[in-house]
Amino acid sequence: MNIEYMLKYLPLYEKAAVLTVTIGAEGILIAAAVGLLCAVVQYNRVPVLRQIAAVYIELSRNTPLLIQLFFIYYGLPKIGISTNPSVCGAVGLGFLGGSYMAEAIRSGLESIEPIQSESALSLGLKPYQVMRYIILPQAVSISMPAFMANIIFLLKETSVFSAISLMDLMFTAKDLIGLYYKTTESLFLLVIFYLIILLPVSLLGRLVERRLRYAGFGS
Amino acid sequence: MAEKLLMIEHLNKSYDDLCVIKDMSLTVHKGEVVVVIGPSGCGKSTLLRCINGLEPVQGGRICLSGREIKHGSRDLPMLRQKIGMVFQSYELFPHLSIIDNITLAPLKVQKRKKEEVEEEALSLLDRVGLKDKARQYPRQLSGGQKQRAAIVRALCMHPEVMLFDEVTAALDPEMVREVLDVMLRLAQQGRTMIIVTHEMQFAKAVADRVIFVDNGEIIEEGKPAEFFKAPKTKRAARFLNIFEFSPVKAQN
Ligand SMILES: Nc1ncnc2c1ncn2[C@@H]1O[C@H](COP(=O)(O)OP(=O)(O)OP(=O)(O)O)[C@@H](O)[C@H]1O
Ligand SMILES: [Mg+2]
Repeated sequence: MNIEYMLKYLPLYEKAAVLTVTIGAEGILIAAAVGLLCAVVQYNRVPVLRQIAAVYIELSRNTPLLIQLFFIYYGLPKIGISTNPSVCGAVGLGFLGGSYMAEAIRSGLESIEPIQSESALSLGLKPYQVMRYIILPQAVSISMPAFMANIIFLLKETSVFSAISLMDLMFTAKDLIGLYYKTTESLFLLVIFYLIILLPVSLLGRLVERRLRYAGFGS
Repeated sequence: MAEKLLMIEHLNKSYDDLCVIKDMSLTVHKGEVVVVIGPSGCGKSTLLRCINGLEPVQGGRICLSGREIKHGSRDLPMLRQKIGMVFQSYELFPHLSIIDNITLAPLKVQKRKKEEVEEEALSLLDRVGLKDKARQYPRQLSGGQKQRAAIVRALCMHPEVMLFDEVTAALDPEMVREVLDVMLRLAQQGRTMIIVTHEMQFAKAVADRVIFVDNGEIIEEGKPAEFFKAPKTKRAARFLNIFEFSPVKAQN
């Protein structure tokens, strides 16, 4: 392996990594918000919205991110909504991740016994207060392991961003391979950078999971 | 006679085809302690749940100080503040410390001042011997401690009537006493309470009136001294017999 080559192009990778993480984080935030909304709507059986959420979840889960990105990137301008690649990336990731986050939070919500709500209602809390102060905090901590797994999944999915000419890690590696044919070095750097991004998240996930399993609330 | 606080008139409640409460009427006066006993599945919990507006009912009315308690109605949260409920399984909120469990509703529902509520919560906890547990979490407490904390949580809302649904049924025998003692003191203070229990000795000591329910109907009611000594109905007598044991071996 050519170390000199790798050092030379390190800054390019660094820039790409920042882009990957930034858009990844934005997408994950959108996904979390969309997921929370869908899960709450479904848990509370809100009419109409609940059906919309169900359709969205199926659509989002059963189509590849690449196709979703193409729809947003090439489709939206056709109906007069102008976009740029980074917004498309974040929105696309959010669209994909929203359904996964929704399922994670929903299973957390459903694992809480209805009598917890009743106990809160009996204290005079209004239904939205029961949701906010009693049900959601518990559900979210229960969903944490699934939530963390989704974050890792979504960060890995960012590798298709290159298809809408976002200069993320994948794009950079492919670009360099095309230019200089240094396949081994380029891929090696690519792997290293993905690991640098994903390993800490993964470790954090383990930590969260262990804390929940062995300690629970109040440790 | 003290004022009528809670009025239940011709209450009917069924789950699908299963009729659980049949045309039940009951009036509870201010300061009265009513103990409800009856075999498993006779509808005791359902009755309490209806009083708290947790269940839709098929007929009749329940009124607290003249205001109707109706499942799904808008002023239900308002009325529920006046009704404290304690569950068999405690139902403390596991993600909140004991003090936060107690102060949540006074703060968020009654919008009272934090210092004032915390002070009251701590003094109530002190009275049930739990002052040092205020900052702990429910899972760090024993069953009896949890149940006492749950009683304090209900008390801190200043309810006009308190409902207890077999609150010692899940406890080890030595913890039963500490919870019952707290309830006895509440009765002494003149609180209005409706208590579902299988603790007959306790019922005898705490009740102003005993209601015996079977199959969703009030079969018999009376003063505890009379009811426990000489129940008027066969069904009540048979039920009370369950709690009696006679020696099975010949004794010399
Ligand atoms: N959610 C429900 N759906 C259908 N049936 C129910 C429901 N809750 C209670 N029941 C039925 O209603 C009847 C009365 O139940 P309830 O819980 O009020 O009895 P209980 O007197 O409290 O009994 P226990 O002493 O065992 O607590 C029972 O036959 C029970 O199976
Ligand atoms: Mg019951």
